[in-house]
Amino acid sequence: MDTLDRVVATVQANVPMERQIQGLHLYQKAKARLLGTSRPAPFAEEPIPPVDQVGLADIDMSNPFMFRQGQWMPYFARLRDEAPVHFQANSRFGPYWSVTRYDDILTVDKDHETFSAEPFIVIGTPPPGLEVEMFIAMDPPRHDQQRQAVQGVVAPKNLKEMEGLIRERVCDVLDNLPVDEPFNWVDRVSVELTARMLATLLDFPYEERRKLVYWSDLAAGSEEATGGTSDTDEIFRGVRDMARAFTDLWHAKAARTAAGEAPGFDLISMLQANESTKDLVKRPMEFLGNLTLLIVGGNDTTRNSMTGGVLALNQFPDEFAKLKANPSLIPGMVSEIIRWQTPLAYMRRVATKDTVLNGQFIRKGDKLVMWYASGNRDGRHFDRPDDFIIDRSNARSHLSFGFGLHRCMGNRLAELQLRILWEELLARFDDIEVVGEPEHVQSNFVKGYSSLPVKLTRKAAS
Amino acid sequence: MATVNFVTFDGEQVEAPLVEGQSLMQVAIDNAVPGIDGDCGGEAACGTCHVVVDQQWAGRCSEPADAEEQMLEMNPDRQATSRLSCQIALSDDLGGLTVHLPEFQF
Repeated sequence: MDTLDRVVATVQANVPMERQIQGLHLYQKAKARLLGTSRPAPFAEEPIPPVDQVGLADIDMSNPFMFRQGQWMPYFARLRDEAPVHFQANSRFGPYWSVTRYDDILTVDKDHETFSAEPFIVIGTPPPGLEVEMFIAMDPPRHDQQRQAVQGVVAPKNLKEMEGLIRERVCDVLDNLPVDEPFNWVDRVSVELTARMLATLLDFPYEERRKLVYWSDLAAGSEEATGGTSDTDEIFRGVRDMARAFTDLWHAKAARTAAGEAPGFDLISMLQANESTKDLVKRPMEFLGNLTLLIVGGNDTTRNSMTGGVLALNQFPDEFAKLKANPSLIPGMVSEIIRWQTPLAYMRRVATKDTVLNGQFIRKGDKLVMWYASGNRDGRHFDRPDDFIIDRSNARSHLSFGFGLHRCMGNRLAELQLRILWEELLARFDDIEVVGEPEHVQSNFVKGYSSLPVKLTRKAAS
Repeated sequence: MATVNFVTFDGEQVEAPLVEGQSLMQVAIDNAVPGIDGDCGGEAACGTCHVVVDQQWAGRCSEPADAEEQMLEMNPDRQATSRLSCQIALSDDLGGLTVHLPEFQF
């Protein structure tokens, strides 16, 4: 460690975390003022022209309105057919390659030596000063050590312990839903259940659980990173509050354990029990990064799959009928929902050396975006790829969890949550009718919904 | 006919025909052996076809290659003779091969 690193480490270990973030914020603001760096104008939504009216070189999938305007399907279809490894030189996020076919995505995802996940897995760059360290955006060996320290919290063995609690909380939410009148499914079900899950994983104060969702939305919604709508000053304030809350949580947990309380199944207990992470609170960027990764990883993904499933079954009513007639199809349907929705549209990589991908020459340093949302609709791998088929035979091979070293570690938790949700829904309701248009979030990364009006019909007593 | 044997976590024996040239994962899937997912289809990229080779067969299977080794390292239930079954290519001399299934696939 050189002197500067040592100083940084000492400061990080001794100055309260939220003060450090506040300091960073002030520094960044002052720097912007001094150097006159002004942020580009926010994204303004304009109608996206039909894909056949656009030159191939002008196609820019980083447009954060692609999903909202429903243009992503024809645009990706054209790229897969005409330019499966496609270069866009002039996006707001700089030049990048789009990888759109299933097989090419698998090739890139598997080869972490040629295609590095560092420094970020989103197309843009998070606000300066907020580059928290997440292992999803690290290469081995650092990735492996950090992931191993936290993956136990969502490993199947731990989930077995938590299944009863998860089901209880799902039932509680469903039993309190309005019946025969429209309500917003996203807020009442998807966000609420996700917030409860995150609070359970972190043993976070239950009544403050929506804060976890708020922080996670802020982090994933940065304009510079994903074309979202989070304001940078708001992000800094959010991260400061989050740092304070998580630090308090850490110390409170340590005190309770020291006083003789049995450690729980939550993430903080696990980190404190692990030799390599028991002092993690003294490495703030890493500490915050790991917690942020967990809440971001468990937030948009599950939430939008919970909404996407309702939407899909309404768009494909024959499948809904098939499901009601045979609830044993639920586990398979869960994989199909995750494929069809693809709640995170991509992961990004950077080439570590010159290479060739499906005939295209990729230079060292080039940015590549693996569009899972496109690969999951690739007719070369999935029959009738745009159809929602609850008993699709190869649904489990979807790309939504990624493949290789960075494969989603929360995959089993996601499947468990969705399975329980649908089991309990079918037990209670005859119909979940979509009664209005969904609203889509502004992002090139999160393929999600901010609202979906639905109406429930209770099951006749049998 | 040569066969391969899967022992489930609960101790149940499941026998399947050995098909030369196929992977052990493929044989498991084709014979609906419970406890093998094989999500990535045989690319050593998901780790959901994890098996533990029986001690008696430990020396007779090849060693994991780099990609497989890395996926195994991520698995907290990894044991000394753990393999991804998609990376075990079946040949005649593996007739009678016995592998144990873990409690969970990750």
